[in-house]
Parts: sequence; structure tokens; C-alpha cells
Amino acid sequence: MKKIIIFLLLAIVIITGCKGKQAQTEQAVVKGNSDEPAYGDALIVGSIGEPSNLIYMLASDSASHDIAGLIFNGLVKYHTDLSVIGDLAESWDISKDGLVITFHLRKGVKWADGVEFTADDVKFGYDTIVNEKTPTAYKEDFLQVKKAEVVDKHTFRVTYEKPFAPALTSWSGIVVLPKHLLEGKDITKIEFTRNPVGLGPYKLKRWTPGQELTLDSYREYFEGRPYIDRYVYRLIPDLATMFLELKAGSIDMMGLTPIQYTKQTNTDFFKNNFQKFRYPVFAYTYMGFNLKHPFFQDTRVRQAIAYAIDKSELIDVVLFGLGSPATGPYVPNTWPYNPNVKKYEYNPEKAKELLKEAGWEDTDGDGLLDKDGIPFRFTIFTNMGNTLRKNAATIIQWRLAKIGIKVEIRALEWSTFINEFIDKRRFEAVILGWSIGLDPDQYDIWHSSKTKEKEFNFISYSNPEVDDLLEKGRRTFKIEERKKAYFRIQEILAEELPYLFLYVPDATPVVHARFKGIKPAPIGITYNLPKWYAPKQLQKHKVEQ
Amino acid sequence: MISYLFKRLLEMIPTLLGVTLISFFIIHLAPGKPTDILTELNPKITPEARERLEKLYNLDKPIMVQYGLWLKRIVKLDFGESFSTDRRPVMQKIWDNKQSLLDRRLFITLIINLITFAIILIIAIPIGVSSATHQNSIYDKVMTTTVFIGFAMPSFWLALLLMMFFGVYLGWLPISGLKSLNYDALPLLGKIWDRASHLIIPVFISAFGGLAADSRFMRGSMLEVIRQDYVTVARAKGLPEKKVIYKHALRNALLPLITLIGLSVPGLIGGSVILESVFGIPGMGQLFFMSVMTRDYPMVMCILTIGGMLTLLGNLLADIGYMLADPRIRAKQ
Amino acid sequence: MKGHSLRNVFWRRFRKNRLAAAGGVVVALMFFVAVFAPFISPHNPDDIDRKHVLESPSLKHPLGTDDLGRDVLSRMILGSRISLSVGFVSVGIATLIGIFLGAISGYYGGWVDSIIMRFIDIMLTIPTFFLILAVIAFIDPNIWSSSAIPGWIRESLRVILIDPNIMNIMIVIGLTSWMGVARLVRAEVLSLKEREFVLAARALGTGDMNIIFRHIMINSMAPVFVAAVLGIAGAVLVESALSFLGIGVQPPAPSWGNILTLGKDNIEIAWWLSVFPGLAILITVLSYNLVGEGLRDALDPRLWDMEI
Repeated sequence: MKKIIIFLLLAIVIITGCKGKQAQTEQAVVKGNSDEPAYGDALIVGSIGEPSNLIYMLASDSASHDIAGLIFNGLVKYHTDLSVIGDLAESWDISKDGLVITFHLRKGVKWADGVEFTADDVKFGYDTIVNEKTPTAYKEDFLQVKKAEVVDKHTFRVTYEKPFAPALTSWSGIVVLPKHLLEGKDITKIEFTRNPVGLGPYKLKRWTPGQELTLDSYREYFEGRPYIDRYVYRLIPDLATMFLELKAGSIDMMGLTPIQYTKQTNTDFFKNNFQKFRYPVFAYTYMGFNLKHPFFQDTRVRQAIAYAIDKSELIDVVLFGLGSPATGPYVPNTWPYNPNVKKYEYNPEKAKELLKEAGWEDTDGDGLLDKDGIPFRFTIFTNMGNTLRKNAATIIQWRLAKIGIKVEIRALEWSTFINEFIDKRRFEAVILGWSIGLDPDQYDIWHSSKTKEKEFNFISYSNPEVDDLLEKGRRTFKIEERKKAYFRIQEILAEELPYLFLYVPDATPVVHARFKGIKPAPIGITYNLPKWYAPKQLQKHKVEQ
Repeated sequence: MISYLFKRLLEMIPTLLGVTLISFFIIHLAPGKPTDILTELNPKITPEARERLEKLYNLDKPIMVQYGLWLKRIVKLDFGESFSTDRRPVMQKIWDNKQSLLDRRLFITLIINLITFAIILIIAIPIGVSSATHQNSIYDKVMTTTVFIGFAMPSFWLALLLMMFFGVYLGWLPISGLKSLNYDALPLLGKIWDRASHLIIPVFISAFGGLAADSRFMRGSMLEVIRQDYVTVARAKGLPEKKVIYKHALRNALLPLITLIGLSVPGLIGGSVILESVFGIPGMGQLFFMSVMTRDYPMVMCILTIGGMLTLLGNLLADIGYMLADPRIRAKQ
Repeated sequence: MKGHSLRNVFWRRFRKNRLAAAGGVVVALMFFVAVFAPFISPHNPDDIDRKHVLESPSLKHPLGTDDLGRDVLSRMILGSRISLSVGFVSVGIATLIGIFLGAISGYYGGWVDSIIMRFIDIMLTIPTFFLILAVIAFIDPNIWSSSAIPGWIRESLRVILIDPNIMNIMIVIGLTSWMGVARLVRAEVLSLKEREFVLAARALGTGDMNIIFRHIMINSMAPVFVAAVLGIAGAVLVESALSFLGIGVQPPAPSWGNILTLGKDNIEIAWWLSVFPGLAILITVLSYNLVGEGLRDALDPRLWDMEI
């Protein structure tokens, strides 16, 4: 027994000595001679989350939407410059009063089972989403519809109560469902949620729960057969492992963490075999103040806090520099974004001045600012499991401590957070993020009427001029008018700071170098996935459909 | 024998009921309603939709009624549907009839634990015996120290260390999942090695702690047995030492070990949470962790109950094993 | 005869056991570090340094820096406070519950005994870690700062609690590890119940509670004490496991477990975050185990005839 152990130990020591650093799979240096688009190959994508439900309207997690987005198309979609272009709808007419949209649908589009796509499918999708039995988080936009009708097989008409600018883009893949397969069934209980039939560029071939989803290209896709024959969504529960799989060649694409992007992908190996991308995400992280709290009712206090924080430090440490400061609720380089609003450079002296003006001074020498005997102490709430937000909160806590404000951080489980604290308005400050929809209407977040329990103006912001502008912005389809309204809103928000807008993070995906045709745009890189291809001689996987 | 079994089974029932009671009430510790995870901070949900969901899950009825309704269902092993957005029946998520046996979560966790058991037995017994027979020798001291370290070793730390060394630095073993991406393309032998290589580190870690406890126990048990009179008699009779140890002493020393092993079932199952989370193994432990984080109450209740059942089963098997091994008890029947 | 009193024999035997003595030294050292943490730390554990994020060990930062540029050594020193306080308080709770339930169970027997034993069975049947996990995750961690608790309690707790979750962790671990102690105590009580001194006390009319706790328990504290010391080791392990998984002590409060989480997330580029906190946990748990085992050997009357 003893001898065996000693032998094993020696063996390990010897072998280890010889091996050394991790062997990196040497892959052929990728240079294309003939970069002609070619059919074939498979794209393997790594994901942490597993989709739960492939019917778009029933799921709210991004993994489900990622896959559903490949299987279903909508009537319209966004072009790279954020203008709206047709998808399943060839064209559309909007009535003069803005109340009626008539979609002219493409002809000859077929569901993956061969049945023709018609306006009935759109009506069916609409009926389903507004049906009270359907548990979906996305009803709201469709409840504004007064009437939806099938004019003929390829014409679908919607009438609204009031002109509603976000209406056009709400007709996305979320409401296009195959009526012939789903009519009369309980949508939540069917096989379809895990084995859908769609009409998008890819169709689900196989789903191995806990491991991967395999999608094959839909040859009869109406935009043309996708070049890449297979799309594999590989589930890997953590990013460190995923990165190893990327290097080993088992996956072709993943979202890199800021550290991976900046520190681990600069070797020659990476430069030769992978392409990295970087673009702002359509989301921003912010610190929201409960405007009903006595501390935060004075604008000067909120502005002081803004001056006390160094946004560039936040971005450097939390995002490793992969982000940009946020000054309002819009993403830079998109048409609603106003670059000329008030900015708050890091200036702790100015912060202390403003606070003094507002009555906050350290009168008792304990290092904490106080006013009328009350020390300046508050709690920032954020959600558990989000390291970026936690780190941002920690940095803010540290900076505010330097000017005499004591902050405590509480991370809560999501539903407790929402129900016990946000909905009941029992918070002082929060650090959260919003996904910015591609349509700039943000009525639900800023309008003073949206302050009831469970509504989204949970900080209780109220400004009549903003209310007015929000209405104006959503009631017209003319971009110039909308732009004017949203620009002015950003000016006001930057002055009043109901939120301390922190940063817009960058998305940092990496894709294996053999895939060509990727065209980065403000909306990302996967919008034209069906047009990506691997040139014939670089193809790695042989796919039999 | 049969009557003994029957009595034991009857005894288990109140314990099992107690387990279900605790499993059920645990979920009511959380503030807010159980259906809250189904609604999100998303500017697109209405209060009416929320109410509808609550009715759907019987949350408007008094709590004892809810417990009774639930109990009725689980007798048929119907634990309801998962709250996560895939809404699948809970039992299916841990034992999916459509999946190959090797991929089912419960099976995965069971297999890992069974292999761990086997390894522990194979290694701990000899170590314990030889430690006892060479008491206070250098070998014994080294073994004791190793065992103590094993006992004190946080499993997740060992996991990280091994991952770093074998996975990142040497690149020998995969560090997550149960099989590689190209699994389907491998020949049968390749498939077997693939699965095995994924399990090597997790099983090793799982066994390490148990090895410590069990070999130490084995040593203590052997030491006690060796002091017994009948061992002295056997020696006096002139039997070769090997026979004395392995035939007479060992069989008696093994008995308490069987009980100990039976008792370690809940510990192993509980430990699977950490291992499966660290290594991304899609077993029952990982599912439990995810369900707890996402407040998937039906899932949580199910796994707690199943965990309890497995423990009871383990105890029962240990008892049967003990009975079969100890002639004294058999004689009593 | 040179001191053959219980105490002297005990100390002599304990000291002779070198491993246990070493363990004892480490335990004392840890105590010292935890108490004097702010004075020993080379840096302020909260100081964020954007220029030195995720740096490997150096002279300035002997154990490296974490993902916010903070000094790992200082954070680990502060973290020892958390580990030890969780260990002691939760074991305290468990021991109290265990003594109480074990004593009444053993003394009164009958249906009281049956119920308590059944309860112990049930608690031992559910995988403990599952239970702890679920309860900790479900309970509102901020319950101690909420208005449900009277203000003065809240204020005094604020000083002790580096992280509000700690209170819940301590309680939950305490509530799930009393079973061993209870069984132990019950066995002791059962064996001592019929002895003369008890019968005498009862004849004198002493109340039951008095008998149990003053007369019987005094004689059986030894094994309970051993169990407590070993329990501290276990509690430290559980707390670090919970913090590692992300539901124990939450950052920015430093716990050895949650620094290991960072280690896992950065496994390829920051080996120091994985190695050192785990080593600390190992050494702590090992020391308490050695001390506990040493105590057990020293106090075990069955092994005494070996010496004398």
C-alpha cells in the first residue's frame, strides 16, 4: 500500500515537471485567400443561462429570447442606424392621424412545417398576448390596441386609441405564432415551448437540457438560406470555464468579461484566431434616489453626491475601462442621445460646498455630516448576484465616506427586493440598471402618473414639463419632433438628477476568426447572423442536417 | 427478517412526514408571495395578471389546506410544476423519462455518490486497518495527519486548487460539465473515458473528506476490537496474525462502520450542492441551488423531500447490511 | 505524589499531545488576530485602488489584491473576525439548545423523550446543508435592521454586525447543529439519572430543573465541551461554504469564503485569491479539530489506565 502511494506521487511530480504551462491548442493561423461566402460549418456559442421557454412572450430571460429570436421573426425590425425596416412586412402605411397601421406582409413565407405564413398568424399572436390567461410580461404595448383585424391573407391592420409611436416596433417576433399549430391549445402547457416550429433562419433540432441546444438552418428562410448550417447554444455555467473551452476550440463565440477582454486575450494566439468586438450595450446602470426621502428632496444634495463620485474610476475598476459614463437614459451614438447636458466631473470640494449650502456639516466632529442632529447615513439596495453593481456600490460607498456620508450596502434577492422594498417604496437609494428599448419612449419610468405600487416610476419623480414632453414624444411618428422632446427631457434630468446616471457598459463578444461577414453596428453584431459565413477552406465542422 | 423490515418501514413514515412538513413550511419563511418570481421589474406587467397567477397556485387557501393538498399529490410522486419559466413538472426535471439515463439529474448525483462510497470503502478500510495494526508507527502518524487535514479541508477549496492545477495549469482534465462538446462524435471507448475524466476530480474531492472520517473511525474500531478477549484467544490458539486480523477482528470492526456509512448519506447529498455548482455538473444538487436562488418553491420542496427519502433509504440499507453481517442480531430474529 | 488531581492530569496529557498543543497555539493566535484586527492590518481593508487591481503578491501587498484593488491580507485579517464570531455564536446557540433538549429528554423520558428523539431523527434525515441553504436564502437578511426590531437592539447590533446577514447565518447554523449535543447530553443524563446523588437530591425535594442543571450537567460537561470545540470547526466550514456560494456573508464585508468566490471567478489570473483564504480556513478548522480531539483524548477516562 505504502509503495503504491509513493510511486504515484513520484509519477505525478515527474510528469508535472515535464509538462508546464497549459498546452494551447495550436490552431491554424487563419488567413483567408478565397473569402467567398460558402454554406456549411457550425457556430458554437457559449451561454451561462439556459433558455426556459422558447415561446417569446412567455419567457423573460435573455437566453430564451436569444434562441427564440433565431426561430421567430417579426413584422418589422431595426436597421443598423436604428431606423425601422420591414421584416415579415414588406411595407406599411400609417394613417394621417397616426391611429391606424396597415402592414403589407410578404408573400410566400413558409413555416418550417410547410404551411404558409398569413395575417391570421399575426392576429392569433395578438389575441394570445392580450388574453388574460396568458402569463406574459409584455402585454402593455398591445393593450393600447383598439382593434386588430385581418384584412386579407397578407394584410394586417391595427387601430390604436391614440397615436402611439412605439407601436410600430412592438410588432416584433413576439406576436407571430403559427395559428395552425397552436389554436385552441393552452400555450403554457404544450410541447411547443420546448420544441417550436418557427419561420426564422434557424429551427430547433435538439435540446439536451442542462447541456446544449442545437439549431439547424432553415433552408427555405425567406431572406435566403443562412450560410452557417448549424447553431449550437452550449450551456456552460461559468465564464472561466467557458473561456477555457473557447481557447480549446470547443466553442466559437462568447461574451468576454472585462478582465478577459483586457488581460487575457492579447496574445498572438488570440490575435490570430479570434476577433474581438466592443460596442455599448443598450442598457445603463444608475443610482436611484427615493425622492420622497427627506435627505434626497433637495436637488443640491443629489448633485453633491454626483460631484463626489468619480465615474471614470467606476468604469476603470468595475468595467476595466470597458464602458462610458452615462449622462442620461440613452446610449451614445443613437439618435435620441443628447450629448450636451450638464456633466458632473469628480470634485469632492464642490460636493462638500453644495452639501453645506443644503445644511449638512460635521458639527459634532465624528467624521459624519449631520443636519439638525441627524447624521447623513443611508442604505443603497441592489440585487444579489450582480457583481458589477455590487462593486459599483462599494466604490460609491468608499467615495462618499471620504466626504462624510456613511453608506451601507444591502444586496437582496430579486423578488424580495422588488416586492418588499421597491414596490413598497421602503428604500433610500438603489443601484439598478435599465435595458433601454430600441424605441426611445420612456413614459413608464419618468411620468408622474406611473408612481402607483408596482409601477416603474418608483422613485416618485414628478416634473410637469417632463410629463408633457413624454406625451409629445410618444404621440407623433415624426422623428424630428420626437428628438426635440427627448433632448429637452435629458437636459432636465441631468439638471435635476433623480437618478445618478453611472455608466453604459460595453458588450465585448469574441468570435472565432474563421467567421466572416460580421458587421458591428450600434445594435450589436448578431443582427445579421444569417449572413455570417465561414469560407470553405476554413470550415471546421461537417454538418449533416 | 421480513417483520423487522416491515417494522422499520413503518417507523420511517412519521419521520418522512416530518421531513415533508419541514420542506413545506420552509418556503413560507420568505417574505412575499411564492409567485413573485413570476413577475419582474419590467415595464410591461399588470396587477391583474399577478392576481391571476396567485389563484392558479392555490395561494388564496389557508395554509394547512395547502399542505394537505400538496401531501396528497406527492404520495403519487407528483410534486407539481416548477415555477421557473419552463413550467415543467418538477419530477421531470430531476428524472426525465425522455432523457438517456445517464443524463438525468437524480441519477447523476446518485452515481457520483455511489462511486464515492465505493472508493471510500475500498481505501478507508485498508488504511484504517493498517493504521490500527501499526499503531503509533511513522506510517500511523503520517496517515493520521493526512486524515486530519482531509477532515478539515474545505471541499470547495480543494476543488479550486485541483481545478487550477489539473485544469488550467496542466490542462489534463476538463474542469466542468459531464462530457465534452464533441462527445457524440467519440467512439465508445472515447465516450467512457470522456465521462470518466470529467468525474475524476469531483469524485476525488467528494471522497476525500469521507475517507478521512471513515478511515479514522475504522482505525478506532479496529483498535477496540483488537483489545478484545477473543482476539487474544485467537492469537493464543496460534493462528497466524494475518488470519487473526483479517478474518476475526476485521469482521467485527466493520460492523460499526456500516452504520457510519449509512449515516453519511445526508452529508454526501448536501455536499453535492457545492461540488456540482463548482464543477457545473447538472445534477440534483446544482438544481437545488438554482431553485433556491430563483425561489422555485415546488422544486425546492421536492428535492428536500427526495433527499430525506434517500437518507432513510440509506439508513435502511445500512441496517439491513448490519443485520446480515452481525450473526448476533440475526439469531435474535 | 505530584499533582494527580483531575486538572493536572488533564493538562499534562494535553500538553504531551504535541499536535493538540500546536492546535491550541494557532487557536490562541487567531483569537489575537481577530481581536486586534484593525491594528495589525497593513492597509485599510476597504481602500479601493484602481491602479492595482488583481495584482499578484508583492512587498506592498503580501497576499495580493482583489478585484477592486483592496489588500487581501488586510481583508483576510478582518475576515477572521467573521469566521470566528460565527463559529462561536452558532456553536453557543447549538450547545444551549442541545443541552436543554437533551437534558429534558433524558431526564423525563416517556413521550417527551419520544417526541424529541423523533424530532432529532427528522432533523438528521434532511441533508443539513440543503436545509441551511434554503433557510438562509429565503429569510430576509435585513430583518435585523427592519423596524420589527426595537431601536435600541438595532443600534447595539449595528456595531457588532459587519454584515447583516451574519446574524441569520449564526442562528441558522445554530438551529441545525444541536442534534449531536442533544444526543450526547441525553446519554449522559440517562446514565447519571439513577445515581445516588440524584436520588438523594430528589429525596431532599430539590426541583427538577435544579437537579438537571446543577447536579447532573456539571458532571457531563466534558464531552459537551469537546463537541463544542469540534462544532466551532464545523461552523467555520459551513459559513465559508455559504459565503463561497454567495449566500453567506456578502461583499463588501470580507469573509474567507467570499474571497474564494473571487478566486473561482478569476481562476486563471489570480491564483492568490484561491490559495490563501482556503489555507486560512484549513488551518483554522484543523487547529480546532486538533484541540478538540486532544481534549477528548485527555478527558477520556477509558484511556487513563494506559498512563497510570
